[in-house]
Amino acid sequence: MGDHHHGPAKGLSRWLFATNHKDIGTMYLWFSFAMFLVGGAFAMIIRAELFQPGMQLIRPEFFNQMTTMHGLIMVFGAIMPAFVGLANWMIPMMIGAPDMALPRMNNWSFWILPPAFLLLLATMFMPGGGPAFGWTFYAPLSTTYAPPSVTFFIFGVHILGLSSIMGSINIVATVMNLRAPGMTYMKMPLFVWTWFITAYLLIAVMPVLAGAVTMMLMDIHFGTSFFSAAGGGDPVLFQHVFWFFGHPEVYIIILPAFGVVSQIIPAFARKPLFGYDSMVYATASIAFLSFIVWAHHMYTVGMPIAGELFFMYATMLIAVPTGVKVFNWITTMWRGAMTFETPMLFCIGFVVLFTIGGFTGLMLSIAPSDFQYHDSYFVVAHFHYVMVAGAVFSMTAAVYYWLPKWCGKMYNETMGKTHFWISFIGFNVTFFPQHFVGLAGMPRRIPDYALQFADFNMISSIGAFIYGASQLLFLYNVIATIVGGKPVSDEKVWEGAEGLEWTVPTPAPFHTFSTPPQVR
Amino acid sequence: MRPFGDNPVALTVAKMAAVVVLMFSFVFVVMVPLYNVLCDALGINGKTSGVAYEAATIQVDESREITIQFIATNSDGMPWEFRPSQTMMKVNPGAVNDTVFLARNPLERDMVAQAIPSVSPARAAEYFHKTECFCFNNQPLDGLQSTEMPLQFIVDQDLPRDIRTITLSYTMFDITEMASDAIASR
Ligand code: HEM
Ligand SMILES: [Cu+2]
Repeated sequence: MGDHHHGPAKGLSRWLFATNHKDIGTMYLWFSFAMFLVGGAFAMIIRAELFQPGMQLIRPEFFNQMTTMHGLIMVFGAIMPAFVGLANWMIPMMIGAPDMALPRMNNWSFWILPPAFLLLLATMFMPGGGPAFGWTFYAPLSTTYAPPSVTFFIFGVHILGLSSIMGSINIVATVMNLRAPGMTYMKMPLFVWTWFITAYLLIAVMPVLAGAVTMMLMDIHFGTSFFSAAGGGDPVLFQHVFWFFGHPEVYIIILPAFGVVSQIIPAFARKPLFGYDSMVYATASIAFLSFIVWAHHMYTVGMPIAGELFFMYATMLIAVPTGVKVFNWITTMWRGAMTFETPMLFCIGFVVLFTIGGFTGLMLSIAPSDFQYHDSYFVVAHFHYVMVAGAVFSMTAAVYYWLPKWCGKMYNETMGKTHFWISFIGFNVTFFPQHFVGLAGMPRRIPDYALQFADFNMISSIGAFIYGASQLLFLYNVIATIVGGKPVSDEKVWEGAEGLEWTVPTPAPFHTFSTPPQVR
Repeated sequence: MRPFGDNPVALTVAKMAAVVVLMFSFVFVVMVPLYNVLCDALGINGKTSGVAYEAATIQVDESREITIQFIATNSDGMPWEFRPSQTMMKVNPGAVNDTVFLARNPLERDMVAQAIPSVSPARAAEYFHKTECFCFNNQPLDGLQSTEMPLQFIVDQDLPRDIRTITLSYTMFDITEMASDAIASR
């Protein structure tokens, strides 16, 4: 089988025609980081405008485009592709497979993404501007009152949905068929498990998102009236369809993050993960429950009382498996021989801050209270605690943890720790005050606000600039590592790390596990 | 003969692709109709029935009076003058009541409009029966003309006793383009 051990192709065609899971993973990771910076720049514009009350820098129409694009790009362009990239790199190495099951489709799933986002960004330069109807694009704002560019937005969503679906099918096919001998389902690392379940979620709900935008397209161009009351439709239907996708989507974002944290905490606590089985079952029940809670985003649309109660109790139920997970992470650390390298710091930050986000989620799930919290900055604070301190922190931890394996060089630990502390402080300074302004009644998605919110908003903006700047430090650290980091050659970069990915040489060669390992 | 031979990966892909197709169709053939059926059947969302109520013999409940408030709104860009002839009525459950809404087309061109009703509180929707309503059909109106549009309704005598006021609101939509498209395509 010597002919299989050729290296990568040279130049541009290596990337354009890439079928190697590591190359594709790398492209996903860089692409998502680029999107993270673009979405981050939009957030900086938002926070700069909100630094003081009154309109200072931008027009309200542009402000709306910024909130919309920030949300869309961060969710679909940064967080999701980042985890797909990680899945590409790690799943084959974790289950002892030579590559993903469908390498050519893998190439496609990646390469249709950049055009989709170029299209999305290009809408901002079209007449009438880009989407300004929020990342949730409620009809009729996104149909009757949308700018003409909405058609391109819809096309963009179709493409990125397709990309996610292909990526997920690939992951399911890989996990089901390419596990090394002896790698039973209940021996799979948790990152593989959480992605396996996430992939099913994606396959189930991405078509629903596609359906929603298709209905919008038909309402706008083909005279149907799914969401238009004039023709007998109903705008509230849009919200049901959107959130039937949207709530599972938030778990699509967080489940892989759960997986990452479940890999890293045991490594630095030097103890096996506590309650592996319960972690798997908790993940599966979260995935199931995520399908029956969508209307907790819609408590104020005028649902019948029975509906409010059903969705309220179902939502509260999700806190149970989530609590199991948090318990297991803490118990894994309990009496462990812990050390606090950068990946571990980010994971501990994750556990603490995600739990706060879970608690605010519980507050929001109480229907009568949500009538006050809904569409306020309290919701903004909630979902940034779960998505930034949750998904983004865990993704950052993953990069620090596996980067030495990927490139055979060690990052600068001091710089990494500095990055963590600046991020941690910047994040909390940004988002903690938003709980208070939200409870006090500041609505989300507004370019101007009442004077009594001024101080907290200024603090928020300062925090945001700090958090934003710390990401540049991260970028610098990663590039410096790749270019001139201290070489590492131990297969096991981290003393406490477990798993097949640590049995291959460092840096991980282009082809790994061409002959499957035997797992006992 | 097995269609995928010994290729388990292809089989997995086929199954997953089937789920994708299924979920996409699910939106159109299950979610949308189910939503409409549920709203109709349960009268939730303040939607009232779009067809005339067939009056079963109902007894008039003289013991209580329900206040009915009427609201008329134009949707965005709709130029008609549109208002109820009376903004409020006191009615007995079970009794048949009549009122009219007034509309005027201030433009020189002929137009077609559609009124969409909504009842508040939403819980009252299933007890609010319309035996005749201008909202059952679209309303053509020639340029610069006015019209009186009739509404006849019965409040069900089973209306929960804690509801004393019902608000019926109509939003008038300009559907001239949609209507002429429909005629043109015939
Ligand atoms: C214990 C778990 C959780 C509960 C009980 C919960 C509950 C809720 C509720 C009730 C809302 C609606 C608030 C409103 O609009 O009035 C909400 C909003 C939101 N949640 Fe959570 N949540 C939880 C975890 C998460 C996680 C893990 C994520 C994502 C990683 C997430 C992301 C979001 C987002 C993005 C929104 C706002 C959507 C929008 O309107 O733009 N939540 N959550
Ligand atoms: Cu939700």
